Amino acid sequence: MKNWLAAHRRAFTATIRRLADAPLATLFNITVIGTALALPLGFYVILANLQSLARDFSPQPQLSVFLAQDAAAADVGSIERRLKAHNGITSFRFVPRAEALATLKSRAGLADVIAGLSRNPLPDAFVITATGRDAAGLDLLRSEFAGWPKVAEVHVDSDWARRLDRLLALGRYAVLMLAAALALALVAITFNTIRLQILTQRDEIEVAKLIGATDAWIRRPFLYFGGIIGTAGGATAWLMIWAALLVFNGQLRPLSALYGIPLQLAHLTGADSVAALLFAAALGWFGAWLSVRRHLTAHNPI
Amino acid sequence: MTHIALSNVHKRYPGGHQALADISLSIETGELVFITGHSGAGKSTLLKLMAAIERPTAGTVIVNGQNVGTLRPRGIPFLRRNFGLVFQDHKLLFDRNVFENVMLPLDISGFSRREGARRARAALDKVGLLHKEKARPITLSGGEQQRLCIARAIVHRPAVLLADEPTGNLDAGYAAEIGNLLREFNQVGVTVVLATHDMQLAARLKPRLVEIRGGRLAS
Ligand SMILES: Nc1ncnc2c1ncn2[C@@H]1O[C@H](COP(=O)(O)OP(=O)(O)O)[C@@H](O)[C@H]1O
Ligand SMILES: [Mg+2]
Repeated sequence: MKNWLAAHRRAFTATIRRLADAPLATLFNITVIGTALALPLGFYVILANLQSLARDFSPQPQLSVFLAQDAAAADVGSIERRLKAHNGITSFRFVPRAEALATLKSRAGLADVIAGLSRNPLPDAFVITATGRDAAGLDLLRSEFAGWPKVAEVHVDSDWARRLDRLLALGRYAVLMLAAALALALVAITFNTIRLQILTQRDEIEVAKLIGATDAWIRRPFLYFGGIIGTAGGATAWLMIWAALLVFNGQLRPLSALYGIPLQLAHLTGADSVAALLFAAALGWFGAWLSVRRHLTAHNPI
Repeated sequence: MTHIALSNVHKRYPGGHQALADISLSIETGELVFITGHSGAGKSTLLKLMAAIERPTAGTVIVNGQNVGTLRPRGIPFLRRNFGLVFQDHKLLFDRNVFENVMLPLDISGFSRREGARRARAALDKVGLLHKEKARPITLSGGEQQRLCIARAIVHRPAVLLADEPTGNLDAGYAAEIGNLLREFNQVGVTVVLATHDMQLAARLKPRLVEIRGGRLAS
């Protein structure tokens, strides 16, 4: 175990030394990988900001629950109790049929029409503000309320939320596809970098094998190399976005002052940043692993 | 105790060339053996069979009681660590200095950097190259390069030293130095097997002589 740890530490320092020995090539590699990662990561940041902006400015979604014409005061009371106990809603208001009619009457032009009616055609209703904003949650609430006794119909004004959801889902999809394409590019870049490394270290690999190095010993520094340039590339991408946001937010500041609203784009959250770095490291490692598999077995001395 | 035993070994290279035929040979622990013969006789091939760098096409090679032919591929690196190898074409790494060349076998066997450095310096001291530890191998003379090869071969204290023509292109003075070094290792118990056609060296060290002619043992 101690030996194993020491071997890994040695492979790690050897890799760092190797990177430092060719600073220009290292810098170039890391920049290329960083740029490739900055694109999807940047889009993701924009998307996340749009999402939270949309949340902040979207109206609270409302549901209207219309009761049956023959609903009695007891039915209204029972629904009211159920709503009070429900934890998926922020508030609700009861609109008695008489009040609804009065509101309608006050609208210009309708008074005559309503005066001609023999009885009030409007039902009692509840107007409910839901806690959640996502379309799926609203649909759930709708079907739940619709199942209650003496409820005739439930309307959800969730069109706006639904549209936003679709748009954001589309954006996430686009980010995912971009990320997949650029992940492939990253793997290809490390694959090729490691191929060149293996070529330049062919003598060392041959001698090491001849004097008793295991395959794992030979592979290890290359895998570290892939993981390290992947991580460094990820960190570079993070810094690129950080710098871009700094500039962009600077430009936004006078605008926010003008409209009196805080318009500032936020960087990735801590968890997202760590995930992005791990992802970049894993991709670099994977590219190196593929390359080592492909190129090291090719000149096995025995 | 028998250290290395070959029985009825044949080696045919891909392409059909028969390099060795029906070799039976056993080497005892602590022996000093010279494999002699003309160029192309099969000396290098014989050493490579012992170190599992080549596999026999027929017959068995046994090292430390292990049958090399049936060894799993994973076991081969560990078998090779029993040997110190001096290659006919040196195989020094020219992109690193003398010290780092000698460190390689220690890195491979997992020595700590500090213990490794201590041993590497001791080995370099032994072959008289300690003052050149920072030098690049390319700047060394032929004799110094050969001594560096020996330092790299013995630094992990192998039980067997296999040296392929270590005095090949050296003039008599350098060759004698190398000979003395090999004798010293042998005297502390290392089994030394040398491929050479340096008969002057043989006359001085009085080893057991094994001659190969056209891939066969000369009686
Ligand atoms: N890798 C190889 N492939 C094909 N033929 C080889 C190979 N290595 C050596 N030979 C042939 O095997 C014979 C013995 O070679 P070698 O063992 O190098 O002899 P020596 O070391 O005595 O000069 C030679 O004819 C040589 O050409
Ligand atoms: Mg030879």
